[in-house]
Amino acid sequence: MNTEIRGADLKLLRLSKSFGQTSVLSHLDLDIKPGEFVAIVGRSGCGKSTLLRLISGLDRPTSGGVLVDGEPLHQLNPSARIMFQDSRLLFWCRVLENVGLGLRGDWRPKALDMLAQVGLADRSQDWIAVLSGGQRQRVALARALVSQPRLLLLDEPLGALDALTRIEMQSLIEQLWLEKQFTTLLITHDVEESVVLADRVLLLEAGQVTMDIDIPLSRPRYRGDPAFGRLVEQILSRVLKSHSSVKNQFQLAESGSHF
Amino acid sequence: MATKGLKKSLNHPIIPWLVPVGFLLIWQFLSQIGWLSNRVLPPPTDVIQAAITLTLSGELFKHILISTQRAIAGFIVGGIIGVSLGLLNGISFRAEKFLDTSLQMIRNIPHLALIPLVILWFGIGEEAKLFLVSFGVFFPLYINTFYGIKTVDAGLIEMGKVYGLNSWGLFWQVILPGALPSILVGVRYGLGIMWLTLIVAETIAANSGIGYMAMNAREFMRTDIVVLSILMYALLGKLADAIACGLEAKLLQWHPSYQ
Repeated sequence: MNTEIRGADLKLLRLSKSFGQTSVLSHLDLDIKPGEFVAIVGRSGCGKSTLLRLISGLDRPTSGGVLVDGEPLHQLNPSARIMFQDSRLLFWCRVLENVGLGLRGDWRPKALDMLAQVGLADRSQDWIAVLSGGQRQRVALARALVSQPRLLLLDEPLGALDALTRIEMQSLIEQLWLEKQFTTLLITHDVEESVVLADRVLLLEAGQVTMDIDIPLSRPRYRGDPAFGRLVEQILSRVLKSHSSVKNQFQLAESGSHF
Repeated sequence: MATKGLKKSLNHPIIPWLVPVGFLLIWQFLSQIGWLSNRVLPPPTDVIQAAITLTLSGELFKHILISTQRAIAGFIVGGIIGVSLGLLNGISFRAEKFLDTSLQMIRNIPHLALIPLVILWFGIGEEAKLFLVSFGVFFPLYINTFYGIKTVDAGLIEMGKVYGLNSWGLFWQVILPGALPSILVGVRYGLGIMWLTLIVAETIAANSGIGYMAMNAREFMRTDIVVLSILMYALLGKLADAIACGLEAKLLQWHPSYQ
């Protein structure tokens, strides 16, 4: 449709966030190119969601900052849309109205078109309550993309879906991303999912990026591919090792305290 | 199969009426064989006769009209004040701090206990009834609106902000519809209290209305008219409840429990 660069350029500069005494993110530096698909993996409580909230502008950093296309972010990020794990749809609006939420002017054709792209054109007049979990996430995806965001933030959007629906949704997200070229940040627990979708996988630990690897596989990616398996294995063992090393440190500290 | 047939026949519109009609038949029978004295309870046929006479004279209609007008006026005044204050305190933290405690204190006064004072203030005129009904209706609507707004999913409000809704949009599209089920519960409670208050007020201090008709009939030992008045209250109460149910079904179409 237009040839200008669709994706937002995102830079995090010594980004820190603490809640009271607890530091969640500390001096995080990160550079994400326009149109890049980055996945962030990490254990619960590693600060993934906090990071996403800072990038969306929902929370303010304690120090450091977020640059969107070189501009420091001071308020809600207007070029970003978040897709949440719980779809957060409005039950009192029909599917189409949910997709068009926040749009102005003649939004119906746009919303309908987007709904068709996620394969739910025939459900536009349904209530949310009658949709399945997977369909709800499709509506949420359509809602996120209808305003043509330049940055899509995915906060474990497929975490609550069954395995088959999840695979379907992954290829849908990949297809729409290839088409529209928005910058994407995916937070996930699922290492395999990160390798299927992302150009780059980051591991977030104790408020720091402790691993940053490129996924050079061609798309679409096949889970049966040996190179795919090796990458998953590599990331997974790194995630698990880091956990056990942290645990060892604790054990050492504990045994040390006896002396 | 048998249970299915039973379930189907239980859906017949006549089923809910079997118990009341049976009750009436037994009542009539007991009156006719003299078990029930006319002074205690007149037979249903006498009540019907009274209804016909009073309808033909226009008196019944006049009293019903006056009572209904009082009920509606009180409900509108109390309802508007209750919902407005509930919205205000639900949305504004400052207003809540300032007003909620006082309102909760006043709530603990049984509003019917104010009758002696209200008669001193307003005499037995319309203002007295309007005041008492409004006062009674106010609290269920206030409380349910307030809590309805307080319990709107914070995640949805956050989502609305990310999706570009301003405060006005957030209120109309997220907060108010989210609080509506609770507000409608308040409406139903309010309607119940509306009739209760009106009955008491009309019985104690009035010179027209159904309550007055009953008290007047008591003076002349016309138990048939007393029973008729009670039945009128029951019917009007049922009517109000049916309207509230219809309103719920219409406004909460989206709600899972209405699908």
